[in-house]
Amino acid sequence: MSVNLTLLIVMGALYACGIYLILERSLTRVLLGLMLLANATNLLILATGGYAGLAPLFAKDTPAQDYNDPLPQALILTSIVISFAVTAFMLGIIYRTWVLARQDDIQDDLEDRRVAATPSFDAEDDAEVPAETSEFPLTMLGSDGRDVSNHQASGGDTGPETVQPVATVVAGGREMPAEHAAAEEKPGSLNIDPSPEGGGK
Amino acid sequence: MITVLAVHFSVAVIAPFLFRLWGRNAFYALAAVPAVSFGWLMFQHNPIYSGPGAVTEAFDWIPSLHLEFAFRMDALAWIMSLLVLGVGALVLVYCARYFKREDQDLGGFGAQLLAFAGAMFGLVVADDLLLLFICWELTTILSYLLIGFARTRLAARRSALQALMVTTAGGLAMLVGLIMLGYTAGTYRISGILDQAPALVSGTSAGVVGAAVVLILVGAITKSALVPFHFWLPGAMAAPTPVSAYLHAAAMVKAGIYLVARLAPGFSETAYWQPVVLGLGLATMLVGGYRALRQTDIKLILAYGTVSQLGFLTMVVGLGTPDAALAGLAMLLAHGLFKATLFLVVGIIDHQSGTRDVRKLSGVFRSSRALGIVAGIGAASMAGVPLLGGFVAKESVLEAFVHHAADPHSGPWGMVVLAGLVVGSVLTFAYSARFMWGAFAAKPGVAPTPFKAITPSFLAAPAVLSVLTIAYGLWPVPVDAWIQPYAALFASTAPDAGTPAEQAGHLALWHGLTPALGLTAVTFVLGAVMYFGRNAVARVQSLVPAWVDGDRGYQLTIGALDDVAVWITGRTQRGSLYFYLAVILSVAFVLPLTAILLGGNALPRDVYLVDPNSPLQLVAGVGIVIGALAAVKANKRFLAVLMVSVTGYGIALVFALQGAPDLALTQMLVETIILVAFVLAMRSLPPELRDRTGGKYRVVRVIIGLGFGVTMVFAAIFAMGARTALPVSLQFPQLAYEGGGGLNVVNVTLVDIRAWDTFGEISVLALAATGVASLIFIRGRGDRLQTSASVAEGTVGRHHGVDPGSRDGAALAISRKFAAAARDPWIVAGRTLAPERRSIIFEVVTRLIFHSMIIFSLYLLLAGHNLPGGGFAGGLTAGLALTIRYLAGGRFELREAAPLSAGALLGTGLALAAVSGVVPLLLGGQVFQSAIIQVWLPVFGDIKFVTSTIFDIGVYIVVVGLVLDVLRSLGAEIDEHMEERSAAAAQQDEPEEDRPGQPEVEAERDLEPPLEPDTVPAETMPAETTAKGHA
Repeated sequence: MSVNLTLLIVMGALYACGIYLILERSLTRVLLGLMLLANATNLLILATGGYAGLAPLFAKDTPAQDYNDPLPQALILTSIVISFAVTAFMLGIIYRTWVLARQDDIQDDLEDRRVAATPSFDAEDDAEVPAETSEFPLTMLGSDGRDVSNHQASGGDTGPETVQPVATVVAGGREMPAEHAAAEEKPGSLNIDPSPEGGGK
Repeated sequence: MITVLAVHFSVAVIAPFLFRLWGRNAFYALAAVPAVSFGWLMFQHNPIYSGPGAVTEAFDWIPSLHLEFAFRMDALAWIMSLLVLGVGALVLVYCARYFKREDQDLGGFGAQLLAFAGAMFGLVVADDLLLLFICWELTTILSYLLIGFARTRLAARRSALQALMVTTAGGLAMLVGLIMLGYTAGTYRISGILDQAPALVSGTSAGVVGAAVVLILVGAITKSALVPFHFWLPGAMAAPTPVSAYLHAAAMVKAGIYLVARLAPGFSETAYWQPVVLGLGLATMLVGGYRALRQTDIKLILAYGTVSQLGFLTMVVGLGTPDAALAGLAMLLAHGLFKATLFLVVGIIDHQSGTRDVRKLSGVFRSSRALGIVAGIGAASMAGVPLLGGFVAKESVLEAFVHHAADPHSGPWGMVVLAGLVVGSVLTFAYSARFMWGAFAAKPGVAPTPFKAITPSFLAAPAVLSVLTIAYGLWPVPVDAWIQPYAALFASTAPDAGTPAEQAGHLALWHGLTPALGLTAVTFVLGAVMYFGRNAVARVQSLVPAWVDGDRGYQLTIGALDDVAVWITGRTQRGSLYFYLAVILSVAFVLPLTAILLGGNALPRDVYLVDPNSPLQLVAGVGIVIGALAAVKANKRFLAVLMVSVTGYGIALVFALQGAPDLALTQMLVETIILVAFVLAMRSLPPELRDRTGGKYRVVRVIIGLGFGVTMVFAAIFAMGARTALPVSLQFPQLAYEGGGGLNVVNVTLVDIRAWDTFGEISVLALAATGVASLIFIRGRGDRLQTSASVAEGTVGRHHGVDPGSRDGAALAISRKFAAAARDPWIVAGRTLAPERRSIIFEVVTRLIFHSMIIFSLYLLLAGHNLPGGGFAGGLTAGLALTIRYLAGGRFELREAAPLSAGALLGTGLALAAVSGVVPLLLGGQVFQSAIIQVWLPVFGDIKFVTSTIFDIGVYIVVVGLVLDVLRSLGAEIDEHMEERSAAAAQQDEPEEDRPGQPEVEAERDLEPPLEPDTVPAETMPAETTAKGHA
């Protein structure tokens, strides 16, 4: 199988330039890099077809190996048009980013940074929990043996025993009951810093 | 047996509806299920004990995985089922009074508890290792749900998760062990494996089997809460008390004991069995008993007591002698009875008084003597007081260990184990007494605890269990008969050993004055001393630091895992695309490059620098490389775009030189349209292109780029050199001509030979076009564009705010003057453009070439089958023609040129292509099969029509639709956005900036009546002038 160094070296140069460009923050450069990569890949496919030859337009007397290989050509044709569609799509993205955020840069994902800075304390896992010595802590009995649970007791004769010790945790500079702290770990709660991401307006 | 399982699970499924109908009384209905199953179990007694020894059932499930519903009920399974079903039914009865009418989620709870009973039953009767594992994990999951019943409580959630983590970790180890064992034995049938056990243990696979057994024991240890995993069981006391009574006393924690008992007949001789089972069992018994003495919550006293008893049971069951086997199952049964009783009593105390704290409870016995008696029976049985089940069982246990200690084979360790056992029993006695004292005694200085009267239905379940405990103690003969077949499995076959029953001994209240009885007496004395000296014991215990705490160890392990996870996430998930890409691309070139370097393949022979057939490629190549480098260096946006286009055009040249006219044509057209699209999309962005990734990153980028490029070159060289077969495409020309009826091989390949590919591709095109439109348009697809006739003259794209005195202003005035014409000779919507936007030359040229281009595109489409061209090239040409119309006449011109919606075009094209693929199928051919139709027409003569042309027409329409979508979105819609913004800004700033523009405005009003305010803030100017300058 023959190897055409000219095509391959040009291909290598295009790959190098394309990779250099897609490692850039500017979206426009990334798109240009992608286009170079597409061109380089087309050259790679072309090079698999071997020597330059006749255009693959069938003539009865020409032996098949005199044509340039038609199969890579068909693949490249597909690739060219798809690249066009992808480029158009990327242009749409670039324009939309510009309209929304007035920038042409790929931003770092702040949420990921926040994950990296997460402390290992998690209220659900690590907060102190009071020892519970009953499943029926609200049931309080009067001296006559009748149920005078808190919600029924209006005369204020509920003893101090019914007050459960509440464990607290200090998170984000606030002291709060452990149960609340656990609840606040959920998304959308006050524990989550609501600062905007991406700086859009 | 499968029926019992099926009934449990199906009633569990409908349980929530029963609870909706009957409230908490539905627990009685659920209790009927295990109760009826218990009755069925009684009928199995005869077949098992007087028949073949076991009842078996087997159904295929997944044969390819050796998975089957294989059940086998022998003596061991029968005794376990007694506990599981009997206690299950009683606990469900108890639940009906334990929960309150207004409690939430009882339906789900009842369903889980019943399903648990089913899963536990499945576990003990399963005869297939994998089925056993499935039931095992089912009990784990249901236990998680049941412990976490009070899901609003942090303690319940955390304990549930802890229990799940510990038992699942052990379960996974067990799965590995089970698979190793099943694989080595060649069968997953437990009965089959036990039959082969002697061969497995002593054969060549002894090492593997030993390891497998240890892994399985890990599962048993975690499930049965043995040291060092004992901590989850006290934590699981956050569960409602019925759950504790059932799962954590009678059933689930016994699963580990059951597994030990199941494997002991075959594998108790393996290398690690005795140290693991006896060592951990003894340690657990002592730790549990010691810690039970420290608790102030009566439920926790029981929990640690259970831990202690589980260690005890493991030791006995795992010892592997006939008398220990008998004693072990007897103890298992006795423990199930008394511990379930005690937990249910604790539930009643908690329910009636609102606390379980030893320091608050006082005088409960006076309030409810019946409860006190029931509890007393249970606690006495636990302590091993004579006449009760616990005593009978414990006597045989001591008997078995006295034998074991006396046996010369067991060496000094036998005595150590026996001594440990006695110490453990002393602790058991002490904490049993402490439990009774804590729960029922009237304590000086503590006010009597208020206690509601207990209804008989609430007390029924523990009362039944305590009656059974007494019956067991007074008449142990049936229990003895039940266990004997299992104990016989361990019997020695030596001639002088005697019958199996003689080896195992018998359960009895009175064995005579044996060493075991003496040990029991010692236990009672020491236990009583510990109880009465409980204050001294407590002082000593408080002096000893809690040097090892399993729960703390678990917290630290989980905390460390969390830390590692956060650390690794933080290191790998940087949120920087650059970082990710750099890593991916580095790997992508380093790995293949290493492979190439280490592979040591020779370079292929046929490598040439310049293709002899087309030396000009070298020139094109140099151009391309220069273009690419310039694109990298360019710091102006449009310069960079232009340079990329240079490489694109260069590649078109390479295609042409290589012998690919179709590619060259398509590439040229695409490059041109992309260039226009770029300019349209980027006109509102700033012209500079700053390099924001500088410094050391740039060096890294250069290295990765160069490395990747070089690797690709070498990879391509070696890949192509490795080719040995002839290309399949050598047959394409002939195929294309004869089968596809066309001369252009590439086109026939696209529309016929590889039509599926092309169909996929045009689908992608339609998707991408839709994507572009949806990114730019916020609502709709811009199909609502009005006709140019309704648009006022010269209103589109006017410039605002140019100072008339300046140079720009003068130029603007001139262009307006020249553009003013009375009629519209050239293109339809040219008049809608602002005068300064119009170019007469452009309009003229457009007028001249538009129709020719459309005709040419149709020619390319139809001739493409035989000559360069085809649907892609044709569609792109038509698209280019539309682009020219748009550039010359603005968005209304585009509307006039293509009144169709882009979406409709894309849909029509796709539909046409799909129809051309499907119709042959209806005619009896294959998908995308083409036919050649030859007709004679009067004027045209012979016409050869190939049906794949219809497919190509579909492609053409899709491509036109794509280009139209790009023009509508990136062109027309962005035009409109910019005009809206500029008009809005102009209106806003009108008061201040109106005056300077006044004279010009007045002058223009004479010419063009419908005028917008002519001012604009400075900041929108650059964008618009930029656009103009570059366009």
